[in-house]
Amino acid sequence: MSGADCILDVDHLSMRFGGIVAVNDLSFAAERRKITALIGPNGAGKTTVFNCITGFYKPTSGSLRLTHEDNRAIQLERLNDFRISKQAKVARTFQNIRLFPGMTALENLMVAQHNALMRASGLTFLGLIGAPSWRAAEKRAIDQATLWLDRIGLVDRADDAAGNLPYGDQRRLEIARAMCTEPALLCLDEPAAGLNARESAALSALLLAIRADYGTSILLIEHDMSVVMEISDHVVVMDYGLKIAQGSPRQIRDDPKVIAAYLGVEDDEVGATEAELGL
Amino acid sequence: MTATTSKPTPSPRAAVTAFILKKAAISALVALVLFSLMIGIRTEAGPTGQLIYWTRFPELAGMVATVFFGSIAVELLRRWWGPVESIRIIPPRLTRALALARRAIAPLLLIFTFLVPVIFYDQRYILDLGILVLTYVMLGWGLNVVVGLAGLLDLGYVAFYAVGAYSYALLATHFGLSFWICLPLAGILASLWGVMLGFPVLRLRGDYLAIVTLAFGEIIRLVITNWQDLTGGPNGISGIPRPSLFGIPLTPGEDGLAARLGIEFSPTQRVVFLFYLILALALLTNWVTIRLRRLPIGRAWEALREDEVACRALGINITTTKLTAFATGAMFGGFAGAFFATRQGFISPESFTFQESALVLAIVVLGGMGSQLGVALAALAMIGGFELFRGFDQYRMLVFGIAMVLLMIWRPRGLIGHRAPTVFLKRSEAISSDLVKEGAG
Repeated sequence: MSGADCILDVDHLSMRFGGIVAVNDLSFAAERRKITALIGPNGAGKTTVFNCITGFYKPTSGSLRLTHEDNRAIQLERLNDFRISKQAKVARTFQNIRLFPGMTALENLMVAQHNALMRASGLTFLGLIGAPSWRAAEKRAIDQATLWLDRIGLVDRADDAAGNLPYGDQRRLEIARAMCTEPALLCLDEPAAGLNARESAALSALLLAIRADYGTSILLIEHDMSVVMEISDHVVVMDYGLKIAQGSPRQIRDDPKVIAAYLGVEDDEVGATEAELGL
Repeated sequence: MTATTSKPTPSPRAAVTAFILKKAAISALVALVLFSLMIGIRTEAGPTGQLIYWTRFPELAGMVATVFFGSIAVELLRRWWGPVESIRIIPPRLTRALALARRAIAPLLLIFTFLVPVIFYDQRYILDLGILVLTYVMLGWGLNVVVGLAGLLDLGYVAFYAVGAYSYALLATHFGLSFWICLPLAGILASLWGVMLGFPVLRLRGDYLAIVTLAFGEIIRLVITNWQDLTGGPNGISGIPRPSLFGIPLTPGEDGLAARLGIEFSPTQRVVFLFYLILALALLTNWVTIRLRRLPIGRAWEALREDEVACRALGINITTTKLTAFATGAMFGGFAGAFFATRQGFISPESFTFQESALVLAIVVLGGMGSQLGVALAALAMIGGFELFRGFDQYRMLVFGIAMVLLMIWRPRGLIGHRAPTVFLKRSEAISSDLVKEGAG
């Protein structure tokens, strides 16, 4: 779209469920190594956009182009299911945490390295006979998982069941698990939901560190404005499936349309605002 | 205001009593409806073909009373006894001793199993029973891959057992192939059928999956029954060659093992050989399963059981993961089937009814889904215990049923209800079954 280095181009994306238009002709771009936030009131269609990007929904129309650093472009709407993560290197977390509760924190991070380990284990056969190359690969995978547990401060609880961890730890573990797939684009669906102020601050620091250390581009849905305003480079605002504004956090904060979408407008201004929004 | 607050609230004890009585009354009502026709009225055809009936109300009343008081007893037991997880009053020292004992069970059991043919050499009955138990241990371990690890409810496991048995029987009788060549072939053929079952059921979950697998098991049995030219239909296949010790037959003849070793021939030698054969096959199943659990494919199976959506988001191919689970489980079923055929020397579709599937599934569920030791113990209890009750004669099923009900009240998640992690940093700690999902198919 623009001249900047974009990792994700969302172009005229629409998603309909029967008669309901959840996303209506949405276009925006996420820049590489930047944090892009997607905000909007409840029911604006943010999670639907996420589900389209991560292959859980097939968009009704529009294109989603992911460009890797080597200029390899992938049309996400043509990939399905697990290939989005495996080939396009897009990882995601969920609004309601989806860890593997009966597996330990370490095991959760090992499962995330499935595709790399599957290759290393010679599609299981080398692993079954305990080949040295497999053992080395497994050790590397454990080291990688330990590194992430250390980053999120959970190394002491590595052997505890994920379902037994406190809520905030589960949120961070889910992000670490997504990062263990070595994604180019990390999509986080409300990572700060249910966190207290201190945990939110720690989350902001973690996301900034991920971007700085790994150069991962981050796309973020968030309601916690302190997190959004602090860490995002670019903000896209949605309401009723439409994009109503985009820009830097500062621009968004002062945008009358955004304020109207979140807070509503005076009764005598309704007509004028609706006309302005094209409703 | 003050008057309303003093309103007496029912004590928890009264509430519990009311709940138990209500539950018992409902159970008794259901029993009354069911038994009023089954027991309350007895009908017979008279000498001229007319209908004669008479009522048996005392028996009916007795039955309903039994259900009423039985329901109260079960509910009280559940409250006092409770699932083991809820009991926290056991002193830590005792818990540690129990944990140690639990760790010692598996090696002790293995050593004992190795010694069974030595100890009971003269008791053919015990040896045969041991072979039967080990066959079910192996089947249980095989099904455990599908049900316990991948969380896919499979009610048609006997189909793979049948495919393995018929593969060996047909290959051996038609082409004269030896057992040791047919064994891997039977496993491969069974796993091919596992993949064939897997494809249509990939999108199904839970109950729907169970129904389709159940139908698959029946289809295989019906095809075997009706394809007379190939399988001999209901007459089965007889004269299936017995296994040899790497080419040396276990027969009284000149070239038999006994003659070569210069010892006297005894039919027990073959039974002992079969015992160690099935033990080796079962241990192979166990070893492979334990290895697979620690490999990415095994972790993917367990992750699939925990959360399929999260698996997809992590780039795990659900299709191949499910198919490999079906294929691996089926392969072990095929091995067991080949062993069954060579042991019996005769197979017919009667050996592969739904009852077998149900029995193996019961072993897996009773053992604690996913636990290798639990499955072995459950197979011992189900098959060995069933034989033990033979003395009870006609009450055998009743005793067995009561034992099952009590066990499920006491340990709702099976004998071994914990999950052992596949990898650990510092210490491996068992994960409570409360957290482990059963899988939605």
